Amino acid sequence: MATIFLTFNKYILIILMTVYSFQCFSVFRYKTEEERDGIYIWQDIAMSLIYMLSFLNIYIYTGEPEFIGFYVTTQVVLWLTILIYRKLYPEANKLLINNMCMLISIGLIILVRLNYQKAKKQFIVVVISLVLAIVIPFILKTFKRLRRFYWLLSAAGIAALSAVLIFSRTINGSKLNLRIGGISFQASEFVKIIFVFAMAGILTCVEHEKRHRIAAAVAGIHVLLLVASKDLGSGIIYYMVFVIMLFVGMERYKYLILGLLGAAVGSIAGYRLFSHVRVRVEAWADPLGTIETSGYQIAQSLFAIGTGGFTGMGLYNGAPNRIPVVDADFIFAAISEEFGVMFGICLILICLSCFIMFMNIAMRFNDKFYKLVAVGLAVTYGFQVFLTIGGVTKFIPLTGVTLPLVSYGSNSIMVSLIMFSVIQGLYVSVRSSNREGGA
Amino acid sequence: MAFKIFKKKDTGKSRKQSAREKNEHTNKEINIITWVFVIAFVALTGHIVYFTAFQSESFINNSYNSKRAELLARRIVRGRIVSADGKILAETVGNGAEEVRSYPYGSLFAHAVGFASQGGTGVESISGFTLLRSDDPINLRIKNDINGIKNNGDTVITTLDTGLQKAAYDAFGKHKGAVIAINVKTGEILAMVSKPDFDPNDIEELWTELNDDEENSPLVNRATLGLYPPGSTFKIVTALEYIKEHPDITGYEFDCNGSFTFEDITISCYHGAQHGHLDLKSSFARSCNSSFANITSQLDRKKFEETCSRLMFNSRLPSPFSYRESSVLINDTSKTPEVIQAGIGQGRTQVTPIHMAMITAAVANDGILMRPMVVSAVRNSRGTGVKTYSPTEYARLMSSEESRLLRELMREVVISGTGYRLQGTDGYEIAGKTGSAEYSKDKTKSHAWFTGFAPVDDPQIAVTVIAEGAGSGGESAAPVARKVFDAWFSK
Repeated sequence: MATIFLTFNKYILIILMTVYSFQCFSVFRYKTEEERDGIYIWQDIAMSLIYMLSFLNIYIYTGEPEFIGFYVTTQVVLWLTILIYRKLYPEANKLLINNMCMLISIGLIILVRLNYQKAKKQFIVVVISLVLAIVIPFILKTFKRLRRFYWLLSAAGIAALSAVLIFSRTINGSKLNLRIGGISFQASEFVKIIFVFAMAGILTCVEHEKRHRIAAAVAGIHVLLLVASKDLGSGIIYYMVFVIMLFVGMERYKYLILGLLGAAVGSIAGYRLFSHVRVRVEAWADPLGTIETSGYQIAQSLFAIGTGGFTGMGLYNGAPNRIPVVDADFIFAAISEEFGVMFGICLILICLSCFIMFMNIAMRFNDKFYKLVAVGLAVTYGFQVFLTIGGVTKFIPLTGVTLPLVSYGSNSIMVSLIMFSVIQGLYVSVRSSNREGGA
Repeated sequence: MAFKIFKKKDTGKSRKQSAREKNEHTNKEINIITWVFVIAFVALTGHIVYFTAFQSESFINNSYNSKRAELLARRIVRGRIVSADGKILAETVGNGAEEVRSYPYGSLFAHAVGFASQGGTGVESISGFTLLRSDDPINLRIKNDINGIKNNGDTVITTLDTGLQKAAYDAFGKHKGAVIAINVKTGEILAMVSKPDFDPNDIEELWTELNDDEENSPLVNRATLGLYPPGSTFKIVTALEYIKEHPDITGYEFDCNGSFTFEDITISCYHGAQHGHLDLKSSFARSCNSSFANITSQLDRKKFEETCSRLMFNSRLPSPFSYRESSVLINDTSKTPEVIQAGIGQGRTQVTPIHMAMITAAVANDGILMRPMVVSAVRNSRGTGVKTYSPTEYARLMSSEESRLLRELMREVVISGTGYRLQGTDGYEIAGKTGSAEYSKDKTKSHAWFTGFAPVDDPQIAVTVIAEGAGSGGESAAPVARKVFDAWFSK
């Protein structure tokens, strides 16, 4: 019986995942959340089944009763998250809640498979972040004058990134972490959110003629600090967020064109100036030719994806632990190897639907500040997903960023959850004010 | 200032109305950005699907991915490797802990088929993951899965011909070196011998010994990994460049008195021969070093470099087997003595036998190189077809007319030159080029080369032979090639 289950399980998981991700897009056919309710129930069923069947698979394969305990605890927390969110904020966007839980679930399953200790740690951070996240919509509702403090936000971001540059030790050629009281913070992760608020504040509150210059100056300092810390992945994300927010905020195509030209010039300069950029481009161009050195990671990642094929090897039948940093930057390769490329593509679709929903929410705001915050966070999220999945599949050179909500890493998951909650908070506030105003 | 006036007017409207218009306005930009991202994600997904469907199969066959092959081997019985004439070249026998890989032909296919363990070599490595994938009927596979029985991996059909391989192997005797035969019209590798060899059935026990034998390097597939000075076989390349620069080859004349001096280098003919009055054909046929040094001294180095690159020197080869890149040092800045040495195939030039075979195959096939292949089809363990690989054109290495002239030159080698031992064949005619490549200070020692094709009027097969330290190509290598040709045409 167990072998029959193990034989069929990977196909069942792919089917359930396809159902879930298809529903992510069918929600866009309906305008109101009320009409979408039926879809969300199907999604919740598919999500719970995927989670249950995966853990059953893990349990049958390993025979470890501890995993059953982990499953029950985590499943209860995820269900509670959905329930509490819906009770506390009836106006919340349920697609985003579902997707948030779905991505966390997939992350936890693959982490249990890869490294149980890390999965436990990840879960603890998830719980803490969810508690934080749940109060964020409330905070946003209360502090409506946040936009006026753009100077403070800009200064805070610059101070944090400078502190990293000055005080942190270099690991793998980059400076990333600040240690405060024994806890390590990856400042560039947290500053992302502050940066979006600062940019939105500048682009709405500063005198119209000066906006673009001040925004460019503040963004420029952020990006330069990141480049100086050799955190190029974050540098690219900040830059793109700035360009797109400027374009949306100023409503001028020239900013988009100039910004993209700047990106091109910056990439060429980066390639010329930094040997680690050249190394990554070489590894991207020819992973097998550089397999003994820089191409090793990407080659192992492609071995994993290619060997797994469309339907995957099945949980525990692959060798994802051969990929360096598989639990963080390369988690997509591990998921593709064991669950299959079809499952991986569904995962991409879920991430894309989150992005589209973020942008969709941005369009609904009349208030430009909120609109820009939503666009900024959407681009932060969407671009990061593109960089990480594009990197591990050799679509673009590796930038070394994580897959939000799925990858292991306390900073990454906390910031991703805060981002989702901020969007949710903005959405809730605009929906409830619309309701109050009768609009 | 119209812009400012418009702004003023704008503020005159009620705040709510203006905000709403503003909103509509800004959403256009958001829409654009959303679409850009959607397109980027669709492209990314397309890339992943394309990689998985078309590129992953060859990509994952890599010794750095052997761990995954081991994992697959726990659930799949490694499939068979079969020759073009339907003989089993490798199969897995016994089961459970008794499972062993058996090679019925022993050392005959030691390098071509290779072995599966120790990271794998030859077809065992090229098709490593194909052999470990089962395309048996789904109901059978599920039944086996449920009963805990391993499924049978797919069968790989190669282009190797046991008869031809045996002929090449026997003809080559105790020489060190390689023989390779390619079907010029399809690119199929028909035979590939490298010696010294070993019996892959005993690879586990022999491993340390074979690995440590640095003098003979029996594990190295010399056909694709052996880099040799090309000797006079390189004159095919030099002649091609001459033809490109002088399409009318009848204008060439040279009087050979045994040596040729240009600037500060003197080139002598092989074993002090004096060839007398020559045209291009006889220079080539009799492999006159002095004449070819003279030709090289007149060539445009930039164009010569381009011709070499087009013939895949200093670059990648379309080889299914792992190989080493050939190298030649001819460019704008190279010194005259170096270029002249290169032009007659001496100096620092190095080629692999498979590369020489590819050049010969292209000459034979009207200038077009078919992509060399060793796997022609995949079937499931019960013989049902899974996939067939059709011959594909790799590149045109030279024009049709250039290849025709080269074929004429190579035919002349057999008619009146160093390839005289290939005369009088039964029912078909051979064309080719010999080479005797000096490889040490001792000028009496040389590697024997022959590379050629047959039949002359409608070439089917190219054969390249290199016998290390065996003396002159005409004496030692050409007779080996003849036996391979004979075996092919007597079928």
